[in-house]
Amino acid sequence: MKTIVTGRRVAVALALLALIALPYAVKETYYVNVASQILFYAIFALGISVLVGYAGLVSLGHAGLFGVASYVVAYLLAAGYGHTVAILAALAVGLVVTAGFAALALRASGISFIMITLALGEILWGLAYRWISITNGDNGINVTARPSPFGLSLESARGFYVATLVVFLFAIAATAIFVRSPFGASLCGTRDQPRRMNALGYHVWLIRFWAFMFSGLLTALAGILFVYYNKFISPQALALTASAEGLLMVISGGAGSLLGPVVGAALVVIVKNVVSAYVVRWNFMLGAIFVAIVILMPEGLVPGVARLARAAWRAGRPTKAAAAAEPAS
Amino acid sequence: MTALEVRGLCKAFGGLRVTTGVDLKVEPGERRLLIGPNGAGKTTLFNLITGELAPDSGAVTLFGRDITFLPCRSRAHLGLARTYQIITLFSHDTILHNVMLALLGVSPLRFNPLIALRRATQLTAQGHDALARVGLGHIAERPLAQTSYGERRRVEIAMALAQNPKVLLLDEPFAGLSIDERQDVRKLLAAIPRDVTIVMIEHDMDVALDLADRITLLHFGAVIVEGSRAEVVADPRTREVYLGE
Repeated sequence: MKTIVTGRRVAVALALLALIALPYAVKETYYVNVASQILFYAIFALGISVLVGYAGLVSLGHAGLFGVASYVVAYLLAAGYGHTVAILAALAVGLVVTAGFAALALRASGISFIMITLALGEILWGLAYRWISITNGDNGINVTARPSPFGLSLESARGFYVATLVVFLFAIAATAIFVRSPFGASLCGTRDQPRRMNALGYHVWLIRFWAFMFSGLLTALAGILFVYYNKFISPQALALTASAEGLLMVISGGAGSLLGPVVGAALVVIVKNVVSAYVVRWNFMLGAIFVAIVILMPEGLVPGVARLARAAWRAGRPTKAAAAAEPAS
Repeated sequence: MTALEVRGLCKAFGGLRVTTGVDLKVEPGERRLLIGPNGAGKTTLFNLITGELAPDSGAVTLFGRDITFLPCRSRAHLGLARTYQIITLFSHDTILHNVMLALLGVSPLRFNPLIALRRATQLTAQGHDALARVGLGHIAERPLAQTSYGERRRVEIAMALAQNPKVLLLDEPFAGLSIDERQDVRKLLAAIPRDVTIVMIEHDMDVALDLADRITLLHFGAVIVEGSRAEVVADPRTREVYLGE
């Protein structure tokens, strides 16, 4: 047990070092930017994963929550407010909209929950598209400058990557603490046996509500990074396809595992950005990869690889039973 | 004061009247056995008492407090716990984790997102205690999926006991158990202190009868016979609807 724990710590430390060293080791700005994208999409996927993996609630409206935070930043910056106001307001509005989402969607579960989140996401997309006086419609809103927190300019690819990494580390640490806490255990309980949890004294609705709020917070953080990264926001970011893409990141990487959404985000971003340079029909390739994952590792890449590694580990050394069955010579 | 009182409780599913004016009075510390043929409305009565179903009319009081319109979850906090006839446990988790969830349900810790559950040492110790009580202390860390049916029955009981209930509802605690397991569970139930009031649904009269102080016979959603063990067994209506000739 001890060795496993220290082994995990070493792996975490190595991963951390690699993440910090990446913008200095990789010279091409392009790849640093891809890494930034992976990180903020990973935050988005973590947000979805809290609901899909731990609460058992599948949302198809998270791009709406993501986009709201982006639009608030872009709108307030265009209106002449500072970055601090814009970011704090984006988080606040993001959480308020999330609360509204949760209050409406949590009246149901299962398929109905999916349909309600889908409808709410479409409403937000419709607002972005049609409420032209605020959102500038299809033309979107430009953001002229990135902020410079603590004197670190985010205008460079490396600066932006570092800031994104800090937010990402906060997000994954918060999620790790959250899922191992008593509240996380309560949440998983409501996923597996909601009726039983109610009889055991749990307020199932309230537990799901707070989980939704945490998911919304992560999603808003990702949305803020997204708008600063692109320096532009348009209704496309709120479209159903964006929600579905986030969900696919979670499912392909492995819902209910901490690293799954991160790996899923990396997969989608890399295929979209890097592979698309070589393969014209990259969408087809992404689809094929998803089909392969669903067939070979229905639980997702991270839990699937862990399962295969365990099986290989067991096959590699004789088990007690096998050793006992061996005839004594 | 009466521990659990049910007055004129009615429940219908569409045209099917499952509970038709049930009255029940259980004194503190009493062991009450609830018997009746299949479809008599025994489990429905439990569901009405715990609040998993809402009654059409009638009232439920727990130690004098009217809980008829209290949500199910709040009744657990008032000291009402139950086990299920159809085992509903958390199959992905360990035995200990199942009991921990029962403990968390009545602990304010359940809303704490900041500490690690593993470090809730007091709660873990309580979980081990509850498992030791039902004789599962040695396999606390075993995943539930790898346990036998008899062990799961005992996990159900451990979860209910872990909540430190005042009134405990047991829905067929002997169902599906082997003869040896029955004796183990019988001893376990007999060892529950008298500050816990127990209402038990059970078909196996051999093991259940000597646990009971009083017996209530339900038939078509109504109480047909009620009285001491000897009275109910001797009553001709019991023979007619339940025991057979």
